[in-house]
Amino acid sequence: MPATLRRVQQWAERRLPALTRYRRPEPLPIELHRRRIYIVPTSFGLGFTVLLLVMLVGALNYSNNAALLLTCLLGAASAASMLVAFRTLDGLRLQNIRAGHAVAGQPIDVSFGFTSHRTRCAVRLDAGDTGAAFAVDATRGETDVTVSLATEHRGWQTLPRLRVWTTWPLGLFRAWSWLHPEQAVLVWPRPEAEGPPPGGHAEDEQRQRLHHGDDPASLRDYRRGDPIRHVAWKASARHHDLLVKDFEEPETRRDWQLDWRQLGRMDHERRIARLARWLGEAQAQGRRYSLWLPDEPIETGSGPSHYERCMNALARLP
Amino acid sequence: MSHLAKHAEIPLDARAFGLLCLTVAVVLALHAPHLPWWLSAVLAPVLAWRWWQRHQHPGRVPVWLKLPLLGALALAIIVYYGSLFGRAPGTALAVGLLVLKMLESERQRDARVGVGFACFALMTALLFDQGMVVTAVVVLGLLPALATLRVLEPAQPRSRGLPRELLPGLGLLGVALPLALLAFVFVPRLSSPLWGAPNAHEERTGLSDRMTPAGFTQLLTDDRPAMRVSFDGPPPPPDLRYFRAYVMAYYDGTSWQYHDVANQHPATIEVARSIHYRISLEPSHQRVLPTLDVPVDVPAGAHMRRDHVVMADKPVNDPLSYSGTSATRYHLEPQLGAHHQRWLQLPDGFNPRTLALGQAWRQRYGSDDAAIVQAALSLFHDGGFRYTLAPAPLGRNAMDDFLFDTREGFCEHYSSAFTVLMRAAGIPARVVTGYQGGYWSDAGHYLLVRNSDAHAWSEVWLAGRGWVRIDPTAAVRPQRVDLGAAAAAGDQLPWTQTGWLQSLRNHWDIVNHWWNEGVIGFDTLRQRGLLTPFGIRKADPALLGLLLAISCVLSGALGLVWALWRRGEADPARAALRALERKLARCGVVRRHGEGPRHYLSRAARALPARRVELQQLMDCYLELRYAHVEPPPEFLQRFRHAVRNFRVIRVVK
Repeated sequence: MPATLRRVQQWAERRLPALTRYRRPEPLPIELHRRRIYIVPTSFGLGFTVLLLVMLVGALNYSNNAALLLTCLLGAASAASMLVAFRTLDGLRLQNIRAGHAVAGQPIDVSFGFTSHRTRCAVRLDAGDTGAAFAVDATRGETDVTVSLATEHRGWQTLPRLRVWTTWPLGLFRAWSWLHPEQAVLVWPRPEAEGPPPGGHAEDEQRQRLHHGDDPASLRDYRRGDPIRHVAWKASARHHDLLVKDFEEPETRRDWQLDWRQLGRMDHERRIARLARWLGEAQAQGRRYSLWLPDEPIETGSGPSHYERCMNALARLP
Repeated sequence: MSHLAKHAEIPLDARAFGLLCLTVAVVLALHAPHLPWWLSAVLAPVLAWRWWQRHQHPGRVPVWLKLPLLGALALAIIVYYGSLFGRAPGTALAVGLLVLKMLESERQRDARVGVGFACFALMTALLFDQGMVVTAVVVLGLLPALATLRVLEPAQPRSRGLPRELLPGLGLLGVALPLALLAFVFVPRLSSPLWGAPNAHEERTGLSDRMTPAGFTQLLTDDRPAMRVSFDGPPPPPDLRYFRAYVMAYYDGTSWQYHDVANQHPATIEVARSIHYRISLEPSHQRVLPTLDVPVDVPAGAHMRRDHVVMADKPVNDPLSYSGTSATRYHLEPQLGAHHQRWLQLPDGFNPRTLALGQAWRQRYGSDDAAIVQAALSLFHDGGFRYTLAPAPLGRNAMDDFLFDTREGFCEHYSSAFTVLMRAAGIPARVVTGYQGGYWSDAGHYLLVRNSDAHAWSEVWLAGRGWVRIDPTAAVRPQRVDLGAAAAAGDQLPWTQTGWLQSLRNHWDIVNHWWNEGVIGFDTLRQRGLLTPFGIRKADPALLGLLLAISCVLSGALGLVWALWRRGEADPARAALRALERKLARCGVVRRHGEGPRHYLSRAARALPARRVELQQLMDCYLELRYAHVEPPPEFLQRFRHAVRNFRVIRVVK
């Protein structure tokens, strides 16, 4: 019996992929075709059908052929709009998916790239509770549709089943198709709200503050962009050109070596949250930093791509 | 579905609201001709004000303004029409409600409801007039409605002007036309209405069952078509184109009247020659069906009265097509019998001089009735009578005034005076009204008869010959019979009814004729006979339903072919590579996503060592085709496609 059920299920999956909920995630690109596009009348479509029936009965009752012709024309146009709705989805291709960055608990922007040979309009994409409407211009290559998805936990988050649908052109019929791309998006861990700075770096902060003094070390020629209040007016008066007080550059900050092993006493997720906070602070202060994780030691570096790499590694931790 | 509900709550943007207002304006304009003028005069400014108000600052109109308007509308319609139901009041109410609906249209759902309602209101415009031009205008009136529905959809290219908004709707209607026509032909018609047919028109134009001298004047300047007649075989010559409507026996001194008496056998007739014809009658809102000369049979749904007047069972409120047979050479009622006195009736105390003249003729000519008729015609011909559409008014003794005083008038005067003279002389006589003449369209092979072709003539009963048609107008103005009403009237008609314009209108009428024949006149009877050429004598509703279903399925299949049709790869080289990919995939080498052609084909060559050389050549050929030239030479392309075609799939057994 289970074998029969499975066979039926496999057949349904093969023949009616959009309707069955058993559809497994599939690789990109996903192209919509007739087997996975379904059409039903909208509530307005049902109401309009009733209206057409009333018009039909009225025209027949009064044996008014002109009214009958008008009713037939309107009915046939409605039926044709069903095919237009189908054609709006048929051949639409989900080419790629790009995700932005977000920490757990914040919505993540996922952008879906659609391509098509034809221009289509009024297509809508529902993902979870949110949706977006878009038009695909065949001449412009890929059309990106960005949707914000809610996140809860760090790590790989599978995409919900996507519904692509349209009621184009008259709103009488609703064509839809389910997409289940196997892509997942990586959600970064949420940094802890507050905590101590990385161990052994406390005095570093102090030195930093000391160097925020105001004493000019030397004078140099004015360069465009120097703030007016840094101009040494008295000294400039004795020269041809403006002179500017040159403040001493703060001393290069110490690199941070962030290490998973330093936080041995804490539980797994709090360790990750703390490392995430440190990474964020280091990035905000423009420091160079390295990160050691159990399977993935990352050497010293800086900049957004380095930060991204470290956060991705944190997010991927088991 | 929850998203759909949310979308319905989206507020209307200015563009959608503008189109919605245009839709309603079109509906209002189409209904304006039969709405009371004050209703149109109020509704149009309300609509314009609402558009302007929302244009300034979007928002609903307050309830204290809407409710009184609604109440006033209902009250005004009840006061004016006496009811809210029925064709005219119902339509007025629908149009009024549609305009008031605009006052509270703020959401997409309101717009959709408004559009649906507008479509219905457009249809009701056809209940009043189903002419071709009106129908075409109503169909065009669907365009703003369709455009409104399109604009409600999100994410579409910005519009480039109103015509571009309306055109897609026209395309949709054009695509729908074949299916619409099939449905129109095959939808089974009702043989009897489900509920009461619309009540008769308030105003009546056209022939009436009462004839007073100068009563025709309105009719004679009305050049709308009254009916179109096509004949089996050649049309009768102009002087035989008399179409009988009413036969009037009773004269009360001022007017001639027709009394409709049912359940009497038609008078006997001996037919020497008859003709078969088909008439499509414009709505006359009367029951009488005009027929050529003397009808000998009646169409379904009608009965023949004693004097061969054909009466339909209900008033002709919609265009009606019927066919009939009429006698053109005949002896009608050879024996008058008991009815003799009926045709000699004259009111007492009227027209003494006319009566005296008739009696004098009787004394002079004795029993020679034909000579008396001839005397009367000579009087009209030589007595200084004039044909005019604007005769001087007549007094109490109308026929005396006409015969001995004013001596001007048109067919009504002449037939009336002639009949009175005949009766005075003791010859049974009567007035017949109907149409005479018409415009023969060579292209359409039909006779166009306008209201202005209305005519009145006389019939006298002569022993041995029965009823004989005498047209006294012809004695005065022979052109009236030979050339038609317009020629007889000379320059007394409005300029639109004379000269080249009239001839243009006559020629254009063939289109109306086709419309009336093909569309309006396509009734149950014609539908039943639709399949006669295919050997099916009578197509019953079940068969028609089946045909309707078949044609729907066929149209659906055609539509599906269109919907499923996909344009092939535009680039022939890539298309050929795709073909190769499909073949290789059957051999077990599937191209991976993002894999270049070179990598893929070398992988294929490694996987299929037996085909290595062949695949190598294919790869070189493709790469050269792709990258060696800006514009690949056709022979390369030819070679590559040939090579792909010759590549055989040999299944590898693993």
